[in-house]
Amino acid sequence: MEIKIALAGNPNSGKTTLFNQLTGSRQRVGNWPGVTVEKKEGTLKGENQCTIQDLPGIYSLSPYSLEEVVSRNYLVNEKPDAILNIVDGTNIERNLYLTTQLLELGIPTVVCVNMMDLVKRNGDQIDIDKLSEKLDCPVVSISALKGQGTKEAALKAIKTAQAHQVPRMDKVYAKNVEAALEQIEAILSSSVDNGMLRWYSIKVFERDERIHEILKLKENEKKEIETIIQKVENEMDDDSESIITSQRYDHIGQIVQYAVKKKSEKHALSVSDKIDKIVTNRILALPIFIAIMYVVYTIAMGSTSISIGTMGTDWANDVLFGEIVPNFFDGILTSLHVNDVLYGLIMDGILGGVGAVLGFVPQILVLFILLSVMEDIGYMSRVAFIMDRIFRRFGLSGKSFIPMLVATGCGVPGIMASRTIEQDRDRKMTIMTTGFIPCGAKMPIIGLFAGAVFGGSSLVATSAFVIGIAAVILSGIMLKKFKAFAGEPAPFVMELPSYHLPSLGNVVRATWERGWSFIKRAGSIILLSSIVLWFLQGFGFTDGQFGMVADNNTSLLANIGNALAWIFAPLGWIGDMAWKATVATFTGLIAKEEVVNTFGVLYNFAEVSEEGNEIWTLIARDFTPIAAYSFMIFNLLCAPCFAAMGAIKREMNNPKWTLAAIGYMCVFAYVSSLIVYQLGGLILGEVTFSIWTIVALALLAGILYLLFRPGYKPKTEAIDIQKISIAK
Amino acid sequence: MKTLNECKPSQTVIVKKITGTGAVKRRIMDMGITKGVELHIRKVAPLGDPIELNVRGYELTVRKQDAQMIEVE
Repeated sequence: MEIKIALAGNPNSGKTTLFNQLTGSRQRVGNWPGVTVEKKEGTLKGENQCTIQDLPGIYSLSPYSLEEVVSRNYLVNEKPDAILNIVDGTNIERNLYLTTQLLELGIPTVVCVNMMDLVKRNGDQIDIDKLSEKLDCPVVSISALKGQGTKEAALKAIKTAQAHQVPRMDKVYAKNVEAALEQIEAILSSSVDNGMLRWYSIKVFERDERIHEILKLKENEKKEIETIIQKVENEMDDDSESIITSQRYDHIGQIVQYAVKKKSEKHALSVSDKIDKIVTNRILALPIFIAIMYVVYTIAMGSTSISIGTMGTDWANDVLFGEIVPNFFDGILTSLHVNDVLYGLIMDGILGGVGAVLGFVPQILVLFILLSVMEDIGYMSRVAFIMDRIFRRFGLSGKSFIPMLVATGCGVPGIMASRTIEQDRDRKMTIMTTGFIPCGAKMPIIGLFAGAVFGGSSLVATSAFVIGIAAVILSGIMLKKFKAFAGEPAPFVMELPSYHLPSLGNVVRATWERGWSFIKRAGSIILLSSIVLWFLQGFGFTDGQFGMVADNNTSLLANIGNALAWIFAPLGWIGDMAWKATVATFTGLIAKEEVVNTFGVLYNFAEVSEEGNEIWTLIARDFTPIAAYSFMIFNLLCAPCFAAMGAIKREMNNPKWTLAAIGYMCVFAYVSSLIVYQLGGLILGEVTFSIWTIVALALLAGILYLLFRPGYKPKTEAIDIQKISIAK
Repeated sequence: MKTLNECKPSQTVIVKKITGTGAVKRRIMDMGITKGVELHIRKVAPLGDPIELNVRGYELTVRKQDAQMIEVE
């Protein structure tokens, strides 16, 4: 018989570690239907008939957050054979809150108390038998990190499922509430399955709207229930939802008093609290944070003797994709005597394009490892705690900082990191603005123009970061005034989990999952676009004959560039460089560092260095400073590379929002460049007054209006979760 | 009646009532801030907001704006 076990627990309870322990490499990762919440499923090691369904880390089964709704829909509709509920022993009171809700579902449940070793070290005692007696379900103690007792816990869950041992949680609430629940049960008994009766009646008592949608009660039944609820509410002077929550915690308080002996006095400082005394200290927090970020970036992206990431990427670019791989294919292709077109396609088109992207993998992997460690030890939530004040001002939350930070390395993992933001609205806004941050691949563009036009001034690179951050802030302020984003930022009620040592398995797994999705994209979308661009760049009409062209200036790409160059004329891309700049912008969509390579090719240099020193004089001849700046701004802010667009599509999980995000970025880039070129040029005397000056002024006024208008105000707490339909 | 956002670090207070409605209130209560529970104010973030509390033996952060909904004594 096939058995399905649902793994449920609070965030930071060790659930991921337990899941990895139980299933090993036999996992399938996907999304819950219709939402971007990650869905993980695995087969229990050594038990092929047993599937483990990992539920999102949640604190409650309330109807207000996506993760919670997904979890409870699964538990109620799919009815797993058993629930394995992992509980953090060092934080048992709050962890049991979810447990008491799970126990009401009428599903066989096993509670496993994790981190028992830490509990003992603190000098506390948890009596497993007493806990089991009070919760009316089997309780086991485990240490997920050390792998102690995990397999036994899963086997216990299988046994409990086979025996269909359903817990009975009655007499939890005060007498009058229990009486009211009984009355509601009597009304519902005809329409609800017996095992679920108590759960449904509690939800109905809480006035849970989602449940009412499912039950479709008759008007007179609703009225009757409402009278019952109101009577209790009047007696207790509180709303029904709060009565249930409060009394649930009171009940847990009694259980804890019975089964747990605490040695440490209240509010005593644990080791973790002592670390926090320094790490989130009022004065030291920001310097420490900056120092940590500096070290992370030096190791991953810097150019010092400890910069492992850069060394790896240099090796990948210069040796692996510079010599080994090309030489290998060159040998094969030459010995096979393939024709020139195929040779060019494979060597220049595929290897050139894909190699350029894969070269970043070492830097990205090192960055991911370090960020995963920060996440696993619990520092990331401190970052959110420290930075929240700043980000809230423009409609984002402290948690938006992490994606932006990662995006300074690469936008793809940055956008992917937005997953940790619970609130849908904040997450969408973070995805839309993260791409504005100058990533590693945009650095060569900045280097090219700083060197060629601005005499190597370091102010150019600094200004690029300022522009990126300003774009995020301005977008945040403008977007949050639109109806789709309106309302106060979501409640920022966040746990600061105790610091603990990182688990090697978790770090490796998290790094690999993120890194792999990057590599996969290099193999698909980037491969395809590289081929298309190679074709457009290498073929064209010469003297009415279609074929390979020797001179890039007669290629199809040049034709397209020429045909589309007028679009960018208002940005100051005029004269000889207009079509080159247009083409470079398009190739930049493959990967932003392609912009510099493209200029090299278009100026008839076979190969240029990373910052294109060879073409500096030519660039300086064709680009006025203000036009160069306008080109730079547009390329920093416009649609990101295909890989990042792919990430946006995946995280938005909705074609309309994907288009809106990419479209917004392009429009914002175009408008910014136009204003900078027309107005900046006018001030510097490079551009004369024209109709475009008026357009630029009008656009500037438009932006100011969007920034300072009062904005849409929702009448009530705008939580759209009820409207998101979750496919069965 | 005093609200939580008016409290100073290292104070210990008892929750009297939670005002407000809907998702925010439920979320605060789900995290264990219910009537009668003891809160210990640990610290204020470096930039003055949010605040860090010790509640039911663990560390929780809330924004001052949300803390306004929590009446304490």
